[in-house]
Amino acid sequence: MGPDPVRAEALGRSFAGVPVLAGVDLVVRAGDAVVLLGPNGAGKTTLLRILALLARPTTGRLALFGADAATAPPALRRRIGYVGHESLCYPDLTATENLEFYARLFAVPDADARVRDLIVWAGLEAAARRPVRVYSRGMSQRLALARALLHEPELLLLDEPFTGLDAAGVVALQERLATLRLAGHALVLTTHDLERAAPVATRVAVLHRGKIVWAHDGPPEPVVVAAAYQAVVTGRA
Amino acid sequence: MRGAGAILLKDLRIEWRTRESLASVFVLGVLLLVVFTVAHDPEPEAAPALAPAVLWVAFVFTGLLGVQRGFLLERENDCMSGLLSAPVDPAAIYAGKLLANVVLLGVTQAVVVPLVGLFLHVDLWGVLPGLIAVLSLGNVGFASLATLFAAVATRTRAREVMLPLLLLPLLVPLLIGAVTATRAVLGGGLGAARDGIAVLIAFDVVFVVAGWLLFAYVVRD
Repeated sequence: MGPDPVRAEALGRSFAGVPVLAGVDLVVRAGDAVVLLGPNGAGKTTLLRILALLARPTTGRLALFGADAATAPPALRRRIGYVGHESLCYPDLTATENLEFYARLFAVPDADARVRDLIVWAGLEAAARRPVRVYSRGMSQRLALARALLHEPELLLLDEPFTGLDAAGVVALQERLATLRLAGHALVLTTHDLERAAPVATRVAVLHRGKIVWAHDGPPEPVVVAAAYQAVVTGRA
Repeated sequence: MRGAGAILLKDLRIEWRTRESLASVFVLGVLLLVVFTVAHDPEPEAAPALAPAVLWVAFVFTGLLGVQRGFLLERENDCMSGLLSAPVDPAAIYAGKLLANVVLLGVTQAVVVPLVGLFLHVDLWGVLPGLIAVLSLGNVGFASLATLFAAVATRTRAREVMLPLLLLPLLVPLLIGAVTATRAVLGGGLGAARDGIAVLIAFDVVFVVAGWLLFAYVVRD
């Protein structure tokens, strides 16, 4: 068993002197699926961007797969997949061209077959040769998910991954995430919709004002989590 | 270099498909050329002296437009995060964007230079190798600095204003070298342009290395 995919200690991040993260401790092990809940502005996206090596923490220490994130070589990113609020795909390229481009950047072996498989998984076969600019919100989200899965990352970071997906898309994503988790991949999801994330979650944490203020180990019971969440966010906990 | 090559091809593919940069850059280049020619209305024998200034003013303004557009591509849909999440050195991203800018500026020059020859009655054919050398060195110098500062400017709110404000003062040594070398080449060949070419080479080396080393710091949060 290798080092933990994520080991964060007292992570802090400020923007223009305003603290967004104020000391987050988080350990994510292989096979974990951690769901981060929190109100708008709690710091979920900032935390995910730091874990994806897209932002640097102002304070604290982060180790990914045992490597210090501050000095990690670019090759470490090969082990991380990230889905953000936007698709990270070029609007003037087609879905296939976008995936082929990222496959080249990530040096994905047998890229053509992998791109074809993911286009089918994302249900974008009919639109694969159309520019992404004409995609609906749901299609863009499915493409964003396909892009993040392209290189089979061991740590998958998903910021509101169910946004824009229809019922079939939600089920397909839940199944994919469950398969990945069982295969030993580590997942970190942020969401406002625990009902959709619950089937894949092994842990839940509530982030509030830049800190993890409540956590639950084991598959979550949405009613219990919702009550705890309300108590924390309204200051009754 | 895998990353740099992929980014170069991606940028050229998008440009080929949309032709947004090239169309606006060509129109601006030709417009500047016409304005200069009409405003000065030079005698045929005096016109060649005007050519270096016209060429480089046209390249600076069209280049600003093209380079800025190159980074706006990365801003849409947060594509820069896509590049930064990939296992490639940020220096390779810089190299890819730099090469794409050099190619697009080169295409612009390939159109504007013959028009300068036509409008200003300059015989370019005899001095073409020297002129291409000077234009290429100036092109690399401009693109190296502009690529770095466009990455900075696209992260600011007033990005359209910020790029010229940051870039133009630092371009002065390059422009002095480029105009001097172009004038010397048009007047008598490459040998006479030695001093200007030395300035261009020094500028290119300094800012390509600076961009290579600093790009990671300007693009990451």
